[in-house]
Amino acid sequence: MTGLRGAASIVGAGTYGLGEAPGLSELEITAGAVQAALDDAGLRPSDVDGVFCASMTFNMGSLTLCEYLGIAPKFSDSSMIGGSSSLAHLLTAMMAIATGQCDVALVAYGSNQRSMSGRLVSTSRPDPFESPYGPRQPITSYALAASRHMHEYGTTREQLAEVATAARAWAAMNPDAFLREPLSIKDVLNSRPISDPFTVRDCCLVTDGGGAVILTSPERAHDLERPPVPVLGGAMAHWHRAITNMPDLTVTAASDSGPRAYAMAGVSVDDIDLVQVYDAFTINTIMFLEDLGFCAKGEGGAFVEDGAIAPGGRLVVNTNGGGLSCCHPGMYGIFPLIEAVRQLRGDCGERQQSNPEIALAHGNGGLFSSQVTLILGADGTI
Amino acid sequence: MPADTAAPGPEQAYFDALADGRFMLQHCDDCGRSIFYPRALCPHCGGSELSEREASGRGTVHATSVVRRRPEQGPPYNVALIDLEEGPRMMSRVETIAPEVVRIGMAVTAVIDRSGDDPMVVFHPAESSS
Repeated sequence: MTGLRGAASIVGAGTYGLGEAPGLSELEITAGAVQAALDDAGLRPSDVDGVFCASMTFNMGSLTLCEYLGIAPKFSDSSMIGGSSSLAHLLTAMMAIATGQCDVALVAYGSNQRSMSGRLVSTSRPDPFESPYGPRQPITSYALAASRHMHEYGTTREQLAEVATAARAWAAMNPDAFLREPLSIKDVLNSRPISDPFTVRDCCLVTDGGGAVILTSPERAHDLERPPVPVLGGAMAHWHRAITNMPDLTVTAASDSGPRAYAMAGVSVDDIDLVQVYDAFTINTIMFLEDLGFCAKGEGGAFVEDGAIAPGGRLVVNTNGGGLSCCHPGMYGIFPLIEAVRQLRGDCGERQQSNPEIALAHGNGGLFSSQVTLILGADGTI
Repeated sequence: MPADTAAPGPEQAYFDALADGRFMLQHCDDCGRSIFYPRALCPHCGGSELSEREASGRGTVHATSVVRRRPEQGPPYNVALIDLEEGPRMMSRVETIAPEVVRIGMAVTAVIDRSGDDPMVVFHPAESSS
């Protein structure tokens, strides 16, 4: 399972329009992120021959983006598996580079959903077996999983809130984060209730924003300006789409994608210096830390207590402030990936960790459905 | 010319039965397991010999939430996942009690609610637990 280890490296990363970007179309935001990533890599659109883009508002995302940017790719992919799509794209891009289908791959995502609608946008056909009951999607689905985790393991509202307060403390050190003012556990518990056990502060933000990364072969990466970030491991898994069909509401398919990503990278959980997980809701971080092996199943609530994942805690988690406090433009998956890249290159300013070598970026899509785990290394780890 | 297919499909058949006052589950004649939501193939074994059997209506609350709204939008309501006695799980609501007092593990009984545009299966607390 090590065939793809280090087969491609990330050589550029960029974001654009995080927070509120009124007056910009989704494509304009995406293009801004692409430009930032290309500038970072010292490349131009004409250097790109593989394009990967999913969208919540237009299908055929890679066709739309390629036409907009004037790129005629040798390979493209618009696969849509929800918020983890960008991480899945990175895995596909790596395979495309390794097999010669393309040389320089662009993975991009952007949305103007805050300015356009102010809420999470869904383009899916309503589920005839769930929508009649009025679940506030996606929130209620995750709330149902949280209710089960609380029932089985005694996870508390305060432990869920710890995830939000830790994210906020990291966001305070990120000038790009949307919400940076201090947040207490009491603040989280006393916020507007949405779908029990969640208040609005257990839920990710609704922001605008775009992100992009550039990937190429290790040989070509070596010739570019920035320290390359080799992709050491990656794996995806999904077991259901609707929450009703999640086999066990307390166990995600990250428990499958994680170990396979570790095996490909040749690392164990103890080797991971920092973790960037898709925190759509506070329960996500708790369940992903369990499923990715940072603590035993059921112990995630206790694991995050007393600021354990806040700055200065026992595990470095979501240093950008996460989807809870940094940004969440509909699909957040590319942002944990970009934050991992930036930490491994030493770009993170006040929140920069000391010489991290191995980072984990994990994406979640749908309703705890699609899971993609990537293991990235600092320059020189391959 | 219409394609050579068995109509209505399993989804339409489910809602047709519901409109007739019957809550039906599919049963796989190959592996013996019950299936919900209705499908063309058994998701457990791939079998295509599926028959329909009326659900017992007995279930247990597996997970529960209360959807909160702004006061002008109406009162909060329950959304729950119900484990049916036959095995499958479905999303539904537990009604006739306050949404906050719905508990995981509570025994519930299916009722066909005809108050809306389309009939739907909701649950009430089972007699023995009320």
